[in-house]
Amino acid sequence: MASKTRTRASLTDESSLKTGAQIVVDTLIEQGVDTMFCYPGGVVLPLFDKLYDAPIRFINPRHEQGGCHMADAYARASGKVGVVLVTSGPGACNLVTGLATAMMDSVPIVALTGQVRTELIGNDAFQEADTTGITRPVTKYNCIVKRVEDLARTIREAFYIASTGRPGPVLIDIPVDVEVNKCSADIPGEMNLPGYKIRSKGNARQISVAAAAINRSEKPVLYVGGGVISANASEEIRLLAKKAHLPVTTTLLGLGSFDQRKPESLDMLGMHGSAYANYAVQECDLLIAIGARFDDRVTGKVKTFASGAKIIHIDIDPASISKNVHVDIPVVGDAKAILVELTKEAEFRERKSWFEKIAEWKKKYPFSYDRKATAVKPQYVIEELCRQTKSEAIVTTGVGQNQMWAAQFYRFIKPRQLISSGGLGTMGFGLPAAIGAQVAKPDATVIDIDGDHSFNMTMTELATAVQYNLPIKVCILDNGYMGMVRQWQELFYNKRYSNSSLINPDYATVAQAIGAVGITVDKKADVSKAIEQMLAEKKPCVVDFRITREENVWPMVAAGKSLNEMDGLDILESMA
Amino acid sequence: MKHIISALVENKPGVLAHVAGMFAARGFNIDSLVVGRTEDPDLSRMTLVVVGDDRVVEQVRKQLAKIIPVVKVQDFVGEPVVARDLMLITVSASPDKRPEIFSMIEMFRGKVVDISQRSLMIEISGPESKIEAFIEVCRPYGIKNVARTGTIAMPRQAKAEAD
Repeated sequence: MASKTRTRASLTDESSLKTGAQIVVDTLIEQGVDTMFCYPGGVVLPLFDKLYDAPIRFINPRHEQGGCHMADAYARASGKVGVVLVTSGPGACNLVTGLATAMMDSVPIVALTGQVRTELIGNDAFQEADTTGITRPVTKYNCIVKRVEDLARTIREAFYIASTGRPGPVLIDIPVDVEVNKCSADIPGEMNLPGYKIRSKGNARQISVAAAAINRSEKPVLYVGGGVISANASEEIRLLAKKAHLPVTTTLLGLGSFDQRKPESLDMLGMHGSAYANYAVQECDLLIAIGARFDDRVTGKVKTFASGAKIIHIDIDPASISKNVHVDIPVVGDAKAILVELTKEAEFRERKSWFEKIAEWKKKYPFSYDRKATAVKPQYVIEELCRQTKSEAIVTTGVGQNQMWAAQFYRFIKPRQLISSGGLGTMGFGLPAAIGAQVAKPDATVIDIDGDHSFNMTMTELATAVQYNLPIKVCILDNGYMGMVRQWQELFYNKRYSNSSLINPDYATVAQAIGAVGITVDKKADVSKAIEQMLAEKKPCVVDFRITREENVWPMVAAGKSLNEMDGLDILESMA
Repeated sequence: MKHIISALVENKPGVLAHVAGMFAARGFNIDSLVVGRTEDPDLSRMTLVVVGDDRVVEQVRKQLAKIIPVVKVQDFVGEPVVARDLMLITVSASPDKRPEIFSMIEMFRGKVVDISQRSLMIEISGPESKIEAFIEVCRPYGIKNVARTGTIAMPRQAKAEAD
């Protein structure tokens, strides 16, 4: 036995051995990774040492959460997998919000975390955390690699799982000794995922049933979600809507999948969606949901949601079907492939009275605000941004009023144009997301439409934008409140503004101190000029728009109400 | 309604945590959960008993199938299956009561696996209803300890072969 071992060892040429760290770097490059968001620390030093010479662009955030949001937005803007690498313990823990954000919005991320030495695991070692335990519910898949021989295979599996089916974040935890250990360089490392099957083509018979329902329908509505954007199926949506003559509404994450300038566009539906989209959904006889998941912010009271309609649901995730709302015609598979087949069988139908009715609602209740006001109105700022960027900027947002106004007043015309935390509603997403998007699309105009309190949460990443010369634009709609919290307190808590207003710094001064450009706007007359200047800046630029403090987002479907029970319609009507 | 769900899973660390975590996170209740190896060393079988209406159990099935290391999920509801629990039960048994108890054990096709001056340990397997019934008949003598597995199940072969 002993002699046998010795023979084998002598046969193994040292040069055909690779360290775990080298395997990680080689496999990342093999997977096409050219950009990573990473923050070093003790147990990932072997990896960082190997990465030092790798042909990969590194962006160092100021906080791991920011890095994770950057990788997320990088993925959303480019369609590629975002990669983030951090150390164990606090580094890994700081990823949690970013992973949960990506999980809820189905964004492909591969997160690599360092871990303490294998023999220390479970001993409460320095910077040890049960990373796989903590992140299990916020990842599509995660695992710890305890043998260097398993590294290449696991990383390949991670990229495959993250980017296929319903995409999502995958985390791999790598103990430091596995980074240092060596194994033979020619281990094939083929993927082995017996439990992971993706249904890509939809059932042909179901597609025909769906097409027949569309062809019969007098009052259909196409309800498009973010799944259409991740499936790169926006063009197929346009073709179906055109051929079958369908009005199209989208979710927040679906914005950009259908050109909002088209007459068939009903804009966004839901809690702060357009009145015409919500009315159309409630009155339709056929709702065709594609890559959407009937989120409570979309449906309002589930019992009364589209209660007269037959529902078709096309989705890659079988668990999404009939989860919240009963579906009559499910089609499981890839939206793009299914749409192509569906469109073949769809027929044109005029639906004159339905489109007339929609046009009436559109005319009566457009998104609106007090255009005559002399104060700076947030909606005006966004309309002006949209005008000056010709609807072509990539827009990221914070969460709350700023996000809803951006969704209502910017007109999105192409996919991957709006990058927003829809499902988790992560305040602080906007700035790091703008950085990630700008890294992915260096030539695009990237604007973070943010709230003051959202911006406060991750403002530190402005230094990242400065360091890497990323010319992002940040428009803070600064009302000195957590605006949406304040709106709810005004409407439902008798204007008791409990803890919803913090003292803000002077953002322009902060921006300048960090090395960015800072502008303050407190007059309506200065808005246009400031935006012009901002768009011309080559450096990161922050514009602090001091907006009307107590502006509300209308319309609004209060929690628990039906989608057609909207507040604020009188306000919209009076300003139309 | 009670559903017996059988899940074939990869024999990897963390799978049980993933399944249990999914149930907790989505608010599904598990009546029982049994995990054991199969004939294939790379696979384990989890047998879960879940009570809920069809919509809930449908979600349970789909959410289970969605977990990457879960290879196959079957809901046995409405199918002819053999379902068994195993129990070890220790009952107080003074020498004068033993003949009665022995005849009862025989009736239930149980087995005495340990004996002491004052008690008997009995091994018994069968459908859950039989286990429950045996506990009831033991109760008057004084139950000292009960250890039960959950349900394991397998579809009847005649049906499987017809497929």
